[in-house]
Amino acid sequence: MPRPSAKRRLAIGLAGWSATFVMFFPILWMGLAAFKTETQAIASPPVLLFTPTLENFEAVLARADYLHFFFNSVAVSVGSTALGILIGLPAAYALAFHPGRRAKDLLVWMLSTKMMPAVGVLVPLYLLFRWTGLLDTITGLLVLNTLINLPIIVWMLFTFLREIPKEILEAARIDGARSFDQFVHLIIPLAAPGIASTALLAIILAWNEAFWSINLTAWRATPLPAFIASFSSPEGLFWAKMSAASLLAIGPIVAFGWLTQKQLVRGLTFGAVK
Amino acid sequence: MKRTLGAVFAAGLAAALMSSAAVAQTTVTIATVNNSDMVVMQELSKKFEEANPDIKLNWTILEENTLRQRLTTDIATGGGQFDILTIGLFEAPMWGERGWLVPFDTVPADYDLNDVFKSVRDGLSHDGKLYALPFYAESQMTFYRSDLFEAAGVTMPEQPTWADIDQLAAKVHDPDKGVYGMCLRGKPGWGENMGQITPVANSFGARWFDMNWEPQLETPEWKEALTTYVDLLKKYGPPGAASNGYNENLALFADGKCAMWIDATVSAGFLSDPKQSKVVGKVGYALPPYGKFNKGNHYLWSWALAVPVSSKSQEAAQKFIYWATSKDYIKLVAERSGWATVPPGTRTSTYENAEYLSAAPFAKLTLQTIETANPTDATQEKVPYVGISYVGIPEFQSIGTTVGQEFAAVIAGSKTVDEALAAAQASTKRAMQQAGYLN
Repeated sequence: MPRPSAKRRLAIGLAGWSATFVMFFPILWMGLAAFKTETQAIASPPVLLFTPTLENFEAVLARADYLHFFFNSVAVSVGSTALGILIGLPAAYALAFHPGRRAKDLLVWMLSTKMMPAVGVLVPLYLLFRWTGLLDTITGLLVLNTLINLPIIVWMLFTFLREIPKEILEAARIDGARSFDQFVHLIIPLAAPGIASTALLAIILAWNEAFWSINLTAWRATPLPAFIASFSSPEGLFWAKMSAASLLAIGPIVAFGWLTQKQLVRGLTFGAVK
Repeated sequence: MKRTLGAVFAAGLAAALMSSAAVAQTTVTIATVNNSDMVVMQELSKKFEEANPDIKLNWTILEENTLRQRLTTDIATGGGQFDILTIGLFEAPMWGERGWLVPFDTVPADYDLNDVFKSVRDGLSHDGKLYALPFYAESQMTFYRSDLFEAAGVTMPEQPTWADIDQLAAKVHDPDKGVYGMCLRGKPGWGENMGQITPVANSFGARWFDMNWEPQLETPEWKEALTTYVDLLKKYGPPGAASNGYNENLALFADGKCAMWIDATVSAGFLSDPKQSKVVGKVGYALPPYGKFNKGNHYLWSWALAVPVSSKSQEAAQKFIYWATSKDYIKLVAERSGWATVPPGTRTSTYENAEYLSAAPFAKLTLQTIETANPTDATQEKVPYVGISYVGIPEFQSIGTTVGQEFAAVIAGSKTVDEALAAAQASTKRAMQQAGYLN
């Protein structure tokens, strides 16, 4: 493949950077607003030069116990992801290596459960949670997030596992490896980057899940989305404080994503570079 | 060794059990909105906990609409997640009627229930039973920029009419300098633009329904009211007024972009806070304008605290509510941050307090508007519903918001007044038929 000309490369670079900037802009704007005063945050034309202040963070942290929300978020996102991988990996293995006649339909059906708007099942689910005593519990949110993300987990793992050549498994079988051994000693190591990136994505999705996090909790199990929501107000100015709260809420997951981005990109492009 | 460990463990367990018995606490979960008065309540509640070590308070804070949906889900399914609900004048009588709320039958004598404004108490009651106690209450007033009025050589009457407002707006409208003559809500919503337009309609003689629940939107009265409101915004409003809600207008006025604004009385407090407002000391206050009739032209709203029947700590919850809506609480807020910041609109004693009256120049107007707002008599002709800025039936949330969208389209210029009223009449009629009010 010939190298693209310098002009072309510049154009591609510019396009890439502008797209990135457009996507990043809301976060940048939020980051700026978090360090403004409330009047600066709503000023129009917008204030670009200002003396940064930490008063919003002080106000936010004085009012709500950030760590309470943070640990709930960690428990729900990590827990639901672990449970999801535990259930999803054997399912994806079965679908990839021992597909039945209806394997394709099954996969599409799994994905179709994502098409229903969440609010449509709010009342039934609320009643179910009430009867089972799961309202406002970490367990309840954890199980629900597992179920919400399971279709995506199975799909992603399935695509990764499908890339593994069947011949490797055949060779192992000839050497006398049982299915369980193949799964533990071959499939898992070979699909490790895929499993890792699936897990990362599932953690991010669970971390950001807001609808159920707000609707099924009161105070004991409230994760970070509820923390952000508590700073929105119908009366009075709140943009700066809410930006500060949002920054605190997304901070850990952004840092986490940053540290693991190599893994994530490798996983997402897995198979494409063979 | 094992036995020793076991003994230590058993002793530890026993100690843990004993200590938890010693501080057996009743947990009270409070669901509220993030308005500044509630933020202060949360802060001061530590004093309540100090005085009542057996009660532990937990807070769920959400934005108004999210909270309303969250509470409705919980209370309608008997979820029992909350012990104290922050609800408005709209919900209290309806939820009380459905038996969802614990009535305040035996209010302690030192609470002095008669000190609480009767109009507010009545609004929170159903069939003579009180279902919530008011934390603060508000009505509407006219805010104007006294400096701009002086410069333009005009004065605001104490009781303006909408015709006066139109003439004044023309004089102070100066978009080249970034000042718009008139700010009003355009953002669709039963509690946004409809909450403002319905009182205007009342004062032009209009009503939502006749005594048979037949919608009355395609009438000359509604047309005159809507035309007045829309024309003001079209002629003197800021760009994009169709999407401005309460907060947007508050921000515009606080930033010096509006010469006049008619909205909630609580705004007076924000506008006199130098931290939030650039126009401190330049704001004049007047009564809310009316059209043809000086009745029903300003709403009454109250944020109140109630206990759901599904609560397991009803007694402790009521105890907190008595504390948070008491005279002593109001004093506590005054000690913390000055009399101008106390929760307004609930008690006669607040408005008899000389310190409050001198700290809050808008107090008398607030009092007057709250006392004259009557949700049971807001229209010229008889109506089957309670409410000034809304119709007190559960269906109104969706009806009002649908009609609000039609009216916002008029403000944005994509529909005429006649088209919007015809569409509003049709959609309201359909909704009322579906809900079984009409055949």
